[in-house]
Amino acid sequence: MSAKDIVVKDRRNPLKIARGLGSSQSGVGHWWSQRVTAAALVLLGVWFVITVLCLLHADYATARAAVAKPWNALLLIAFALTMFWHAVLGLQVVIEDYVHTRWKEVVLLVAIKFLAVLGALASALAVLRIALTP
Amino acid sequence: MAEFSLPKNSKIQPGRHYPAKDAKKPRTFRIYRWSPDDGQNPRMDTYEVDLAACGPMVLDALLKIKNEIDPTLTLRRSCREGICGSCAMNIDGTNTLACTRAISECASGDVKIYPLPHMPVVKDLVPDLTHFYAQFASIKPWIRTQSPAPDRERLQSPEERKKLDGLYECILCACCSTSCPSYWWNGDKYLGPAILLQAYRWIVDSRDEATGARLDDLEDPFKLYRCHTIMNCTRTCPKGLNPAKAIAEIKKLMVERRSA
Repeated sequence: MSAKDIVVKDRRNPLKIARGLGSSQSGVGHWWSQRVTAAALVLLGVWFVITVLCLLHADYATARAAVAKPWNALLLIAFALTMFWHAVLGLQVVIEDYVHTRWKEVVLLVAIKFLAVLGALASALAVLRIALTP
Repeated sequence: MAEFSLPKNSKIQPGRHYPAKDAKKPRTFRIYRWSPDDGQNPRMDTYEVDLAACGPMVLDALLKIKNEIDPTLTLRRSCREGICGSCAMNIDGTNTLACTRAISECASGDVKIYPLPHMPVVKDLVPDLTHFYAQFASIKPWIRTQSPAPDRERLQSPEERKKLDGLYECILCACCSTSCPSYWWNGDKYLGPAILLQAYRWIVDSRDEATGARLDDLEDPFKLYRCHTIMNCTRTCPKGLNPAKAIAEIKKLMVERRSA
């Protein structure tokens, strides 16, 4: 194949390519949320581990009663919501890093958000059922 | 997906061997070779160099090979004193400048030399940095002001000038950007450590009046936030600069101008 047979499909200047579609004016919200949820998870995580350790060898009724306590129920829901929120932010970064087929990237980014919302709602519902059942 | 393995035509083959005759202090250099003209896969050529008749730096050895052993070896070099950035390449597993890297500093055994990683190769040790330079141009690396130009120099206090230390020394050799996995996977959109350090150099310049516009241009999940603080950039910088810190400072300014 000689040089004149090569059809150049991309005649854009390098600067046109580098600029692309420009800045999306977003990203700082994601970055800040990831750090705030991480800080919250440190506190909630410590509380969660201590709470679970206190329930070691407890029977079902004791554990259920512990979850039903207002403060425990509140913090447990907060822990679950923050965890799903933080997980979705982290997974989003991994997908954006490695999935380079646009339609797969969009499907995955939407799917993890749906799953996280479902997971968070299910966790909250589970705690509420125990907390609000007399 | 990001490509983690080399395509078939990039797999490196064993190459030629150039033994040294009557060398007093022989040292073996294994060098990546690829030519766009012969349709062959890349290969690793082995050169034995007599260090008794060679300068102390890796660049000295490369030039000795080119001058005395194999004139087809292709590389970029200009200043031979660490200020032009032309001879940036991967030596002994680290991106650095061949002119400031002493042969004696390389790990014992063969000295392996490759072009800068994950860049298109023009020939042998010469990478194609077109996109890298275009990304540099995209951040508008010059002073931008709205106030009328003064009749004399634009003054800076010593404290304001000090903020440019550790930034102005960057020679754009691309060692840091090509050591960054995020730049490997997303270099089409991610600006990479070198360009972000340069962007920060203008953001903190007390004389520049386009700070907000510069931050606007960077506020993007790909242009800026592909940095995951991997720190390869800072580890590899042959000038001892800290691009990771410059990026962290940009991220802090992004938060500073918004509500928490």
